[in-house]
This record gives sequence, structure tokens and C-alpha cells, in this order.
Amino acid sequence: MSSNSTDQLLPPAAAASEERFPDLHPALDAHAASIEASRCLFCFDAPCTAACPTHIDVPRFIKKIATGNLRGSALTILDSNVLGLSCSRVCPVDVLCEGACVMVRENYKPIEIGRLQRFAMERFYENPASGWSAPSPILHKEKVCCVGGGPASLACAAELRRRGYAVAVFDDRPLPGGLNTYGVAEYKLRPQDSLREVKMIRALGVEFRRALVGEAVSLDELEKEFTLIFLGMGLGAMNRLGIPGESLPGVVDALRFIERYKTAPDFRVSGKVAVIGGGNTAIDAANAARRLGADEVHLFYRRSEREMPAFRSEYDRSKVEGVRFHWLAQPTEIIGKEGRAAAVRFAPRRLGAPDHTGRSTVVSGSGSEFEFACDLVIPAIGQSQLTSLLENTRGVALQDGLVVVDRSTGRTTNPSYFSGGDCVNGGREVVDAAADGKRAAIAMAGQMEAA
Amino acid sequence: MKTVADLTTNFAGIRCPNPFWLASGPPSNCADQVMRAFDAGWGGAVWKTIGEPIVNTTSRYSSVDWNNQRMMGFNNIELISDRPIEANLREITEVKKRYPKNAVIASLMVESKREAWHDIVKRSEDAGADGLELNFGCPHGMSERGMGSAVGQVPDYACMITEWAKEAARTPVLVKLTPNITDIRTVARAAKRGGADGLSAINTLNSITGIDLDTLTPRPEVGGYSSHGGYGGPAVKPIALHMAQQLAADPEVGIPVSGIGGIEGWREAAEFLLLGCGSVQVCTAVMHYGYRIVEDMIDGLSQWMDEKGFANLESFRGLSLPRVTEWKHLDLNYRIVARIHPEKCIGCDLCYIACWDGAHQCIHREGYAKPEAAELATRARIVVTPIAKLDSHIGPDGKTTPERVPRVDEDECVGCNLCWLVCPVPGCITMEKVETGKPFESWEQRTAQAK
Repeated sequence: MSSNSTDQLLPPAAAASEERFPDLHPALDAHAASIEASRCLFCFDAPCTAACPTHIDVPRFIKKIATGNLRGSALTILDSNVLGLSCSRVCPVDVLCEGACVMVRENYKPIEIGRLQRFAMERFYENPASGWSAPSPILHKEKVCCVGGGPASLACAAELRRRGYAVAVFDDRPLPGGLNTYGVAEYKLRPQDSLREVKMIRALGVEFRRALVGEAVSLDELEKEFTLIFLGMGLGAMNRLGIPGESLPGVVDALRFIERYKTAPDFRVSGKVAVIGGGNTAIDAANAARRLGADEVHLFYRRSEREMPAFRSEYDRSKVEGVRFHWLAQPTEIIGKEGRAAAVRFAPRRLGAPDHTGRSTVVSGSGSEFEFACDLVIPAIGQSQLTSLLENTRGVALQDGLVVVDRSTGRTTNPSYFSGGDCVNGGREVVDAAADGKRAAIAMAGQMEAA
Repeated sequence: MKTVADLTTNFAGIRCPNPFWLASGPPSNCADQVMRAFDAGWGGAVWKTIGEPIVNTTSRYSSVDWNNQRMMGFNNIELISDRPIEANLREITEVKKRYPKNAVIASLMVESKREAWHDIVKRSEDAGADGLELNFGCPHGMSERGMGSAVGQVPDYACMITEWAKEAARTPVLVKLTPNITDIRTVARAAKRGGADGLSAINTLNSITGIDLDTLTPRPEVGGYSSHGGYGGPAVKPIALHMAQQLAADPEVGIPVSGIGGIEGWREAAEFLLLGCGSVQVCTAVMHYGYRIVEDMIDGLSQWMDEKGFANLESFRGLSLPRVTEWKHLDLNYRIVARIHPEKCIGCDLCYIACWDGAHQCIHREGYAKPEAAELATRARIVVTPIAKLDSHIGPDGKTTPERVPRVDEDECVGCNLCWLVCPVPGCITMEKVETGKPFESWEQRTAQAK
């Protein structure tokens, strides 16, 4: 167990990436932010606030931008969501706050809440006088730990620390931040943004320990040292395709692919790329492959355009990037040539009757199998949870591999364990994880105070 | 389409092609400016006040921005002309020679000595001025030297100096009034007694526009200090309009009024004319946008007159005057109530909170006794993370949920207009007449009956 300094561990890719991955939505300058903030109607009981999973008081922080109270604005955001910076960049705002903006109903442009939040948060982090200058005082004897260093754990840890509890975050990667540091596409969030947040949470007094829970440190040890344990370890490695050839060189799962380009300054892609999957991560990987130099990027999905789980806006953006889409195609084999992946064989599919969730099943389609020659295969078919840890965690019930919790408290079936984020919801947005973590922290504090 | 409305103006004997005059100020400082203004279409110009040359400070102006609009209010500490009297008069001659149809009015301010006034009046008229405007209004600097508003605030002085000017004058004499006085009519009556042919109102209001919160110095700053200035621009229009009405409606005044104060376009001009003004004067808007604004002032007013069937200015001048009365004559039995049209409501609920916090607590959201209850209910409902919509393009029906459409309790509604004023959607809230079945009854009548 050892804590480490995030400053010295900034990935070398940080500087170079700005050229390869220019911002999806450029930052607002002060004047543009002021004008945009002034458009906000300052709704009462605002729908945007309700639509935000962390319930940031949106009109309040926007009004503060309009009045020039930028520090107050940032603190309003952080009060609800300690990951306000990363969320401002990665949130699918069109289906959350901005989608709920009343301006939309008048056929007006919604207030650009995401960009205003980013403006307030970046100004906050740019100012060296910002942040919590001193750690919050420890007010309680109970200690808490968070397993996993991603958004859910960070939000949980920050909330508990602000409430006066000693908190330690366990993560086995060189840098904390989880997917925010390693797994979100570069054009949305750079690692250094995630690490700014980690740094602030550390300054708040949260302790970070680098260790793999279940191996370097046992659950017994954790239970001895900590009163309550928050499980925020997210999902582990990607699901396997389960087809021949999947271990060949030239096959890189999407999360590994994103992690690699974010940490390697000279990472390039060339030739033809096949991305397999229809989720947001598949789209992120496909867009990244285009920007990293691939001549052609083809995305294959076994259902049709309508069933694709990726957000519509992500899909549209990908088309602009030049990604080509192929529907109703299921991979059956990755064909190697000279020891490397050289082609993917696909079987045609068609949509069958809906299953119990209402989603169409996939059945064999007519037509013959076909091969797609390519230089790189990127499977992105969803992530699976680190089940071994949970299996070792006594009394924590799982369902379909996910931790079962009480939704309003994050409490698992073991009252000493709470959980939130991807390992509970199977992989949703950063803001959902942040909301889960904070909500669990409030419940954990309540439980410890009642004891 | 070409307009047919006749805008020719005869103000107290001063003739010009339209009622739009440059007010005395920086835009009418020299011949070159005034000729360019006439080329742009201005009907007349009141020359920047002529008198013994002064020395100005830097800086001189400051303004109030509102909601990202520049110069909602504009303040100056500039004094009268800093150029020799001879230069100004020579240029007036030149302008009149080249623009005989446009009106040039010489604004004058000299020491409070009979000979001084006789001298400047004669010289101005010899130069070719069509009329004279006695500057009794300038509220800063000159007033400290016993001129400007120092004269305009004392009816006897105003009367006396008007008499002196009239003793020498052959052209119409206008008196420019200061609004920095308890009742502007007292000085107007004095000017009338002194023989004035017309009035110009209003001059600027005493003001301190704001304070630099870093240097703690009010604006405009002159070497670390400031001084009160004269305030004009859109912010003062309602004040000016009220004073214009007071003058036009006062039987003891009874001379033409040239309206000044916050006029930016044809709409404001029409308002001043409807309250009896015979011409209008503009300064701040020209300082903001240039002489070219007169094009739409002429065009807009003409279009409106054509649409309403007004052939010339006299056919509508003063038509709104009889509609202004004293409060005691208003009908206490006239009743309107607010009506919200749900199909247009975007659910901002600004009317709801405005009615509760700023009016009479008669707009409601179904099921909640008070706004706080609605906020609490929202918070309780959103404790569990909402599920993000997966496709923003397949949204709800685009209508506001009934829950957020407020309802007016028409029996309790006092018809104050506040909700209608705050509503951002045109036509969403209308104020509807309610038949009370009661005859007209004013406060005066009611109290008379009670006696």
C-alpha cells in the first residue's frame, strides 16, 4: 500500500493530444459565457436541475456567471457534484439538463448548460486561490473506504470527507480517476482534467492508496480498518466476443484502445479498422480511430440502426467523422494472416421477436457470410464486472453480475457495504456514477451517525 | 412600399422636413458633423451649447449595461462647447447656407448677465440660426458656475434670463428644462412667463452610474476621482415621457414641447408625439450607433402613420394625452384577470414564483400549498437517479407537463399584470376583462358619496 502523487504521473500524451483531439465543443470565453448566462430564464423549480442526476442547481450557478460571481458559481456546482469539471465535458447534456431546458419547448436553442458549467469549472481550476485550501476537519472516529478510484468512489469519498469522515480510496492503477482518467474519449475529456479533480479531492483530505482490493489488500483487512465500505470498482475488462481469433494481435478491445491513445503520444492508426458494437464506447473508439489516421473505419452492429444503444448525437457525430456503419452483422471469426488479425467474418442477421425487455432479439438472417479485410479489430461489446471481488464479498447480493442496492441509499444487502456507479448500473454516464457516490455517502453518514 | 405620411414639422415656428432633431451634445459639435447628420436624414440639429469655451476632462462618459446590452443608460461629465464662439457661429452660417431646409437651433449658455445674453442671442441669429435653445438644464460642472441647471432649478432666474433672451431675439426661443427638480412644471411656467416660445425636456438626470469594484472609484474616473454626471439613454425614457406629459397637459404652460430622453427609434418618437410633443431630440442613440439610425426613425414612423391612417404629425399629436388622468379618476370597478394558455406554456414557472413572492399569491401549481412544497416534492421525486433518455430525437410530445403549468385562481387574482410581464412567451398569459356588472366608480366618487 502506498499513496502516490498525481502530479508526477501525468501521462506523456497530455500535451500532444490537444492537436490530435481538438475539443468537441470549444470552451466559451468570458464574454460569450456572460451572454449565454444572460439568456437563462432562471426558472423556478427548474427542470434542468431535476434532470441532472446530481441535481446541480443550474439556474443558480448560471445566474452567478451572469453576475460575475465565478467562484460562487463553481462552488454551487461542486456542492452538488464534486466532478463538475469532468461532467461538464462528458455529460450527454442533450438528454439531461439541456434536453429539459424549457427553451426547447419554444423552439429556442436550449441554454448551453454544459459549456457554461465547463466555463465556471475551468475558471475555478485555473485560479490557484481556488479549491479547498485546507483539508476538512475530521469530526468522527469512524473511517470509510472506497474500492475503486473512479467517479462513483471519488464522489462518495469527497462527500464523506466534507462531512468530517476520514476516507481512503483504493485503486490499483498508477493514477486514480478510473474511466475519467483512462477510459473517456480524448476529445471529450483529457486525463489532466480528471487529475485536477483528483488533486482537489486529495487536497480535501481524502487519502489515496494504490492497491488491488482482494489481492494486495483483503476484505478482512478493510473491514478491520473501516466502518463502512463503498464499492465503486466499476466494470472490469471488456466482454469477450467468444469467437475464434479474438486473441490475435491486431485485436484490441475498445477501452484498452482508448486508454492506449490517451497515454501514448505517438500512437497512430492506419489502414482499415473494424469496430464491433453499437454503444457509445464503440462510437468513441471509431471516432478516435478516424482521428488517429485510419483510412477507413467500419462499425458493425448485429441489430439495426434503430436498436443501437449509442446516443443519437454520438451516432450523428460519428457519421460526420466519416465512420461507415453496417447493420445486422454478427462476427463469427477473426481470421489471421501471418499471425495477425487480417479480416473478420460476419454472418447476416435479422431482427426477431422482442424479448421480455422489449428489445428485438437477433436471429439468423438470409444471405451468406462475408469477410471484411482490415488491419485492426476493435471489439466494443460492453464491459463485464469484476465479479471475483464481489464473490469474495460476503453477503453482497448480485443480479446479472451487478451489485444490488437500494436505489435511494446505495446500500447493498450487507449493511456494511454500499455501492454505486457502473458496477451497479452496468455502465452509464459519469454523472450517474457521481450521483450514486454522493447519494451513498449521505446514506453512509446517516447510518454512522445513527449508530 | 413607399410611404405617404407627411412628416414636415413646424415647431413653434421652426420648420424642418421631419421632427427628428439632434439634441445639443457631442453629435452636434461642429459643422461637419451636423451636415453629415442632415445628409443621413435628420430634420434639425440643436447645436452643441455655445458659450465661453470651457476645458474638459478625460475621461468624460460612463454607462450602465444591462443583460449584455451596452449603454442602457449613459452618463457624461462633458461641459458645453470647448470651441470659440466665433468658430461655432461661422459654422452655423455655413450649414444654413448649404442646408436651408433643415433647422439649426443654437443652444446657448452664458453668464447670468443681461448684456451677455443679448450679445449671444444677436450673434447667433445673425449667424443664421432658426431658433435658440436656452440651456437651463446641464446638471454638472456648469451648474457649479451658476449656469445650466443652477438657473433651471430656480423659477425666477429662469424667467428673468428668458426675458433677457426674448428682449433681443427675433427667432423662436426654447427653454431646455432640467429634470433635477421637484416639479418640472414650475420652471416651465416661469419660462412661459418670461416669454419662451417652446420648451425642450428633459435634460439629463444627476447620476453616479457605478463604481469600479477593484479601484473603488466611481465612473467615469478622472485621476482617481469622479463627479456626478448627467444621465440619459433608454433608461430615462419613462421619466422623460412622464415629464413631457406633465408639461403638455398643464394649462399654465401651453407652449410646444420638444421631447428628449431615451429616444432610440420611431416607437419612442411616436410615444412623445402622442403625449403632445412637437418634435423629438436624440443624443445617446446617435452616440451609440451613429446618424444612420434616423433612417428607420423616419421610415418606421411613416409606416406606422400610413397603417393607422395619420396623414401628418398634427393628426395624431397629443392623442394619448386625454388618456392620462389622476389616479382618483380611475374606475375602481374595472376588472381584469390573468389567464394562462397551457398550450403555450413552457413551464418556466416564473409567473408562479413572481405571484407568490412579488404579488398576491393567486397563481398555483396543482397539489402544492406553497412554492416551497413544490420544490420539496421535486427533490423527493428525483432522489433516485432518473434514467437518461436514450435518444433525444424521440422526445415527449413537445408539450409542457401539466404538472408545471400553473393555474390562476381568477377569484383571487387582482389583475396586477405581474405574471404577464414576467412571462417570456408572447401570448402565453393574457389579461382578460371580467364583467363586474358594476357601473364606473372612481375613488373620488366613492369618497364623495361617503361624506
